[in-house]
Amino acid sequence: MLIRIRRAGDVRESEITPESLYLSRRLFLAGGAAAAIGLSINPARAEAELRALGPMRKSAFSTAEERTPYEAVTNYNNFYEFGLDKEDPAAKAHSLQPRPWSLRIDGEVARPQTFDVDDLIAKTPLEERIYRLRCVEAWSMVVPWVGFPLSSLLSRVEPTGKAKYVAFETLHDPMQMPGQNKEVLEWPYREGLRLDEAMHPLAILAVGLYGRVLPNQNGAPIRLVVPWKYGFKSIKSIVRIRLTERQPRTAWNVAAPDEYGFYANVNPDVDHPRWSQAKERRIGDFFRRDTLMFNGYGDEVAQLYSGMNLRRYF
Amino acid sequence: MRPSLDKTVLFIAASLPALALLWLVPTGGLGVNPIREGMHYTGDWAIRLLILALAITPAAKVSGAKKLFRYRRMIGLFAFFYGLLHVFTYVVLDHFFDVETIIKDIAKRPFITIGMGVFLILLALAVTSTHQMVRRLGARRWQALHRLVYLAGVGAAVHFTLSVKKDITEPLIYGAIIAALLLARLLLRYELLPRIKIPAVRGEPVEP
Repeated sequence: MLIRIRRAGDVRESEITPESLYLSRRLFLAGGAAAAIGLSINPARAEAELRALGPMRKSAFSTAEERTPYEAVTNYNNFYEFGLDKEDPAAKAHSLQPRPWSLRIDGEVARPQTFDVDDLIAKTPLEERIYRLRCVEAWSMVVPWVGFPLSSLLSRVEPTGKAKYVAFETLHDPMQMPGQNKEVLEWPYREGLRLDEAMHPLAILAVGLYGRVLPNQNGAPIRLVVPWKYGFKSIKSIVRIRLTERQPRTAWNVAAPDEYGFYANVNPDVDHPRWSQAKERRIGDFFRRDTLMFNGYGDEVAQLYSGMNLRRYF
Repeated sequence: MRPSLDKTVLFIAASLPALALLWLVPTGGLGVNPIREGMHYTGDWAIRLLILALAITPAAKVSGAKKLFRYRRMIGLFAFFYGLLHVFTYVVLDHFFDVETIIKDIAKRPFITIGMGVFLILLALAVTSTHQMVRRLGARRWQALHRLVYLAGVGAAVHFTLSVKKDITEPLIYGAIIAALLLARLLLRYELLPRIKIPAVRGEPVEP
């Protein structure tokens, strides 16, 4: 056994600041300095200066429902890479560097490619998609996303005959995403879709909201939006998409398989073990409203699941 | 009878979290989903005050500061008050008297079943908290009833733990404190913990 005799001047191990803390202190000091010279690090203000996106087409898939205000969409987020509280992402996501950003697509494809996201945005026709967003926690919003169909990107890499699923991965970098220092979920965050779900015209990759590039807390610079599924399926800040033969691991399903299924289709008849999914509160409303099957997108997507037991494949 | 200064101060202090709501709610201080946030806020304060109430007896016995017993009832009543706000938030604000959903919730979801059980215990203790009720029930029966407060404490910690989606650190801390207080009580009972003997205070029953 090693017995260490400490001399008076020695630094205890417990007194050595872990690197992550040291670095976050530097960030804190930088923030303080910015405040001292009158620079605002208030995220709400920074967002107003986000780059406006170019011309975008309207979409027949958009809902006419009242849009949730920008302030709510950008200040009430589940993005555990920046903390567990809803206000954490807006307060802390400034450490994310969304530009430049590479998106790698590989796996069961004929033409694996790495895209520069700004290049992709410049060369892809953008659409506005005003979608309902239903969180698994029984609240909902209406968000005007800007993006393009996921299918258009997948077609470009030419999935092989073996490709059955699409796996997505968020950036894994605890320096940019300090929440990853805590083992609350298996990092990086992973999500997945069946290939036919991914090719559905409702499934989009969003690069903006309210006409401007995505704020960091909403998953900058590129995220998935699958409006007929619970919000956690719509993975943020994607760095890699892989086409696979087998059903991929997904973060919440790994964390609590009895609570969060792979499919996670919005379904008022299948409760979460700890709360009912029959109703939801639209942010800004007092009364709850009925939750709709497939979040109201049943006409479009129900045929993807014909013959499937949705209670079993929840 | 004029209330004493120390009790007045305690009353104001324990009211502050509720008074803060009068400021937080209209100014948007609870964020864009205030009902959910308010649910957590009132639940947090209910369990904190319940822990404080549970700490009084062991603290008084170990330290000999029998004065502490004077505050026990008021703190317990505040724990009930915040629990009431918590249940009000759930029944009225969150579900607006949707009895069917609420009954299903209570029947199907253990954390809500337990939470309601805890509330019923606190309700029974609050209703029987007066001197008159001590006399009507008799000290022995009254005391047996009020020992349920420990069950309420354990139940509150379990309720909190089961309700959390991820990262159960905070509820486990509360749970550990409640367990420690329960253990202290048992050790005192079997005289395994040093204590300073104090006579019972008139009107406020003290454990033998």
